[in-house]
Amino acid sequence: MATLKTKAIQPSTGTNVNLGTSGDAVLLSSDSIQTNLYKDAGGNTIFQSDGAGTLSNVNSAMSGAGPKLITSTTAPAGTSSISFTSGLGDYDHLMFVFTEIQHSNDDRFLSFQVSTDGGSSYGIAMTSTFFYANHMWSWSNAATLGYDTSRDLANSTSYQKLTQSSDNGGTITGANASGIMHLFGCASTTYVKQWYARVGNIYYIQGVYDNFIAGYVNTTSAVNAINFKPDSNTFKGTIKMYGIA
Amino acid sequence: MSTVYTDTVKTLSPNQDLTIGTTGQTVTLPGNDLRVNTVKDKGGNTLWTSDGAGNLSSVNSGLKGNLLLLSTQTASNSTSVSFTTGIDSTYDLYIFKFIDINPSTDNQRFEFQVNASGQTGFNETMTTTFFYARHSEADTNASLTYYSGGDQQQGTAYQNLGWISNDADHSLVGELHLFNPASTTSIKHFDSRTTWNNDTDGLMDGYIAGYINTTAAITQIDFKIQAGTFDGTIKMYGLL
Repeated sequence: MATLKTKAIQPSTGTNVNLGTSGDAVLLSSDSIQTNLYKDAGGNTIFQSDGAGTLSNVNSAMSGAGPKLITSTTAPAGTSSISFTSGLGDYDHLMFVFTEIQHSNDDRFLSFQVSTDGGSSYGIAMTSTFFYANHMWSWSNAATLGYDTSRDLANSTSYQKLTQSSDNGGTITGANASGIMHLFGCASTTYVKQWYARVGNIYYIQGVYDNFIAGYVNTTSAVNAINFKPDSNTFKGTIKMYGIA
Repeated sequence: MSTVYTDTVKTLSPNQDLTIGTTGQTVTLPGNDLRVNTVKDKGGNTLWTSDGAGNLSSVNSGLKGNLLLLSTQTASNSTSVSFTTGIDSTYDLYIFKFIDINPSTDNQRFEFQVNASGQTGFNETMTTTFFYARHSEADTNASLTYYSGGDQQQGTAYQNLGWISNDADHSLVGELHLFNPASTTSIKHFDSRTTWNNDTDGLMDGYIAGYINTTAAITQIDFKIQAGTFDGTIKMYGLL
């Protein structure tokens, strides 16, 4: 076996160094290999690192079905709304995760609407259902399961409430709303867009609500933007949009 | 530092191994990229293989996440869609996702049944629950209801997952979770949440759960429409 000892191999012409040829195996007996960009022999990117360990352009076969994080938005206190205006049509199933949503005022509701014009306007007709389980630890001590006709929509262009009226963390330290919403088929130009959610919140007069909300956006136009906001005033918290293949 | 300038480094003979570096060293490629179709670890285990057009195969499971899309079936004027392979002990949880299920005939049930290993037909015994919330575009029928017409008590019928309007823009979406189907010691639990448009221009938000009363492994599942045909997409996932 011939051995070449050197610390560097560079191309004599052009920009490519070819190691081995078809049928060979190139063995790296070293402990590691350091490079940022992996491609196949056809020049197609498999994945890319920024040199700080953050990967991008990862081949879809390596990312599984997901959920794949598309966008994460953390709203500081005083935020009036959060919008997602790109990537909605890339997956037939989107998942939005709400964490530590806290309103600036008591008795406020996390709500959403969608857009078919890229976010220029929000207000597509929706029909929805809203029921909950709750348990109050003061006031009435009630524990109930019920449908709430004040939170549903009947072909209305209003924002859809995803919580009962929430405590702002002032009365109950750390109070917030958290949950998950699923939205299907945004890119479809045939079907209405179905969605459903389960969101928990701390009621502003001391109780817990487990809210089950579902509905459809009554349009066959593609939905390409979504907006979340409190029904009034401001809020803070994190909303992440994932795609599931 | 010595530097070799060359465009190609080859072995002395074809089909030999070309070894670079040795234990304790790091091979650094400061060039723009590394191009190769098959990447293996030092033990010769394949991490991934590309066909040269960016299509990967033999991707190591550690690179793929825990939710794996196993199969996608698109129904087009179909009476049923079956998944007859791939349900085994590999996964504890199988997830079936329904995208825009639309029947040819109005107000037809979208249903499922399963087949246990060594048996024939989709006819296993189930005991189930079914409740739903509903509300119409006309602001009527807002309610939360247990639906005894949709449950089964040790029944062998196909389990109702929702009854759908056949309007051109109406559909059913949702998920069905099937737990530990390969078990040969326990009954098999499932739960589902589906939403659909009914035939009175309303929304139904359905919650269906139950168990398949057999300790035999479940290996096949069938989805069908009560009558007529249906369009839509059904995906089967495994969760590691």
